[in-house]
Amino acid sequence: MTYLEALIQHSVALIIAVPLLSAFLMPLVSRVHPILRNIFALLMLTVTGCFIGLLTTDVLANGPRIYIFGAKELTLPLVRILFEVDGINVFMAIITIILAIIAVIYSWSFLDKQDGLDKYYTLLLLVVTSALGMEMTGDVFNFFVFLEISCIASCALIAFWIAEGEALEAAFKYIVISSVGALFVLFAVGIFYAQYNALNIATIAQAIQFSFLDKIALILLVVVLGMKAGLAPMHMWLPDAYGRAPPSVTLVIMSATLASFYGVLRILFTLYGNILPTSIRFDLPLNVVLGWILIVLAVVSILIGVIMALIQSDLMRLIGYAAVAEVGYMFLAIGTTIAALGAPYATVALHGGILHVLNDALDIGLLFLVAGAIYYVTKKRSLDDIGGLARTMKFTTVFFIIGLLAVAGMPPLNGFTSKFLIYESVYQLNPILSIIALLCSILMLAIFIKVLYATFFGPELPELKDVKEAPKSMLLAMGIVAGLAIFIGLFPNLFLDSLVKPAADALLNHTQYITTIVGGI
Amino acid sequence: MTEMTRIVKTIANILFPFTMIFGLYIITHGHLTPGGGFQGGAVIASGCALLLVTYGSRWVLTRIKEKRLAAFESMGAIGFITIALLGIVFSMVFFGNFLAGSNLLFGNVPATGSTLADLNTGGVLPLMNFAVGVKVIAGLFVIILIMSYASSIKEWGQ
Amino acid sequence: MIQYIPFIAVVCMIFIGLYAAMFRRNLIKIVIGITIIESGVNLFLITLGYREGGVAPIYTSLPSGTVYPEQMVLPVPQALTLTSIVIGVAVLALMLSLVMHIYKKYETLDVQEMRRLKE
Repeated sequence: MTYLEALIQHSVALIIAVPLLSAFLMPLVSRVHPILRNIFALLMLTVTGCFIGLLTTDVLANGPRIYIFGAKELTLPLVRILFEVDGINVFMAIITIILAIIAVIYSWSFLDKQDGLDKYYTLLLLVVTSALGMEMTGDVFNFFVFLEISCIASCALIAFWIAEGEALEAAFKYIVISSVGALFVLFAVGIFYAQYNALNIATIAQAIQFSFLDKIALILLVVVLGMKAGLAPMHMWLPDAYGRAPPSVTLVIMSATLASFYGVLRILFTLYGNILPTSIRFDLPLNVVLGWILIVLAVVSILIGVIMALIQSDLMRLIGYAAVAEVGYMFLAIGTTIAALGAPYATVALHGGILHVLNDALDIGLLFLVAGAIYYVTKKRSLDDIGGLARTMKFTTVFFIIGLLAVAGMPPLNGFTSKFLIYESVYQLNPILSIIALLCSILMLAIFIKVLYATFFGPELPELKDVKEAPKSMLLAMGIVAGLAIFIGLFPNLFLDSLVKPAADALLNHTQYITTIVGGI
Repeated sequence: MTEMTRIVKTIANILFPFTMIFGLYIITHGHLTPGGGFQGGAVIASGCALLLVTYGSRWVLTRIKEKRLAAFESMGAIGFITIALLGIVFSMVFFGNFLAGSNLLFGNVPATGSTLADLNTGGVLPLMNFAVGVKVIAGLFVIILIMSYASSIKEWGQ
Repeated sequence: MIQYIPFIAVVCMIFIGLYAAMFRRNLIKIVIGITIIESGVNLFLITLGYREGGVAPIYTSLPSGTVYPEQMVLPVPQALTLTSIVIGVAVLALMLSLVMHIYKKYETLDVQEMRRLKE
């Protein structure tokens, strides 16, 4: 075995181990010097990114890869913790690490003068670890553990501006909702263990019978993970948490949210993949019922997100509601795929949905970074107190325009490709849904153009005369995201063919996931 | 919290060493009997809570600083992950038990069946128990220390 | 019938905890509600782990005459419960410290009186 092969083999474990180790090294490193601390966080995340890159090339070339903790081979009974990585896992891991690196670059200047930054970086790396863990684990109980780590660390990060009462409230709301949710995930894990004596996703997926208990477990898991992903009607924690956390924190919390979204995908397509076509009652197959429930909830999310964004005066909260709408688009695509399982347009919808995960992370992330830059220079949140910033903040204005066009799905930016795929496939299922989605997208454009006018153009406010452009590291972070958005918008086929299609195939072809583990014993 | 009476102090002085010994016993025998790093650490932290209740948080804070406890906590976690990473180096798998059966520290293989417990077994498990124990002692102690200190003063955090 | 009693207790505890977490106005009571849900789920896991006629999986203290390792119980549910308890401690500490900060800020524990994040 060559050195590189060994590195690829162990990269699955190292992707978790490196951020975890650096999280706990952070309090010791930051005693030396603050700049060393920032460099250390950036370096360690880059190392993790390199491992993810290595793993991605290997997984895309050679198929799924498993890693067993503490043993070289699988033995019965299957109680080992193991990670299984296929196309969708590496795709989600790439998104997480991009968001994390951007968040660290951004917080270099953004949180320059705050104290408690050693703990901030520790928690940030812990959220990244837990999101990566949720995205790579092949074990339902392990998924619960990482879910709890992400909810504890995210809650502490949301309350970072602890002097503000609203931040405390948002954090308390978040921890109550997510800890109750995580306990229900644990209950579902118990149900699986009681029936199948296994905790392994592949083993459970092979043995699943769809008994009464399995129905309860399905409902619990989809409701909880949908809630953690920000699906209506349990979305109310999301605008609070996103709007009150520092924007760099919002980015990593968004990666944890997207990891929950991945959990929904894995549970629907793999864990219950064998029994999706079985009919439950009145000749209605499970996939149609489940798909339509998800579609209805997704449309409700889109409508709530857009309508609530319309009446907000707080910029970050407004973007938070836009994020709810974007989550709605992702679930719309997934619901369409499940409802029309087997039809050619179902695959198109899944491609659109998966690509939209990346686009949502970049677009909403960019808008939050811009909102954070505005907050950094003006110390104001409300749209009524800001105006005429385009004269001094030229780069930020350009980035905001890129972000708003991308969120609204305008060509040639990245949001266009994924939203177009979603409209196209949803239209074949039901034209009305597609029209609603399109109209909401246009409404979103109108909302953000209003924000653009109110914030950057219009009359210059006298108290904002001496604001400066945002610091360089924040501009760099926004520039990276904007560059990626434009790049994906210009060459969507590059991403569709190399990353999104393997991810969609990994989800649709769930027997491959099962046989990789069950066949290897 | 303020100090308590002489009776409470005397009882606490007597009980404190026993709590420590019991917690350390649970940690060191974690790989043989029920218990382990977290359970033993929680016992020791409850002993520290006894001190806190008896003598007050200000007295404890003059003896040990919370920054030092936080450093101990990080070191426990670092030790745990380092042992897991050493598994990659020595036995080619993350969390690999490279000490078991190696005749080194904790390297004996226990005889199967009903025998006397041999402390010198378990490979890396006892080491990981120590690491977890350090982390839990420091972590829980710092939580209760900060909480009791914060609730004892009126205008705190300013 | 007797073997269903723990499950009934589990369901009762979860619903009591949910009621407290959703409808109580005092923050401390919400925290207590979440702790009750957690205890219910832990009880569920422990109940699953019970096997008739099994022995504890400690090699050095097997009762004489047991068939090893067939009669030993696989201690996975117990391990899950311990992990869940450890996580529960962390969540509880975090929630209580948040409650302390909220009380310092608003000088009340009533949910209704502090809702600034409404609209």
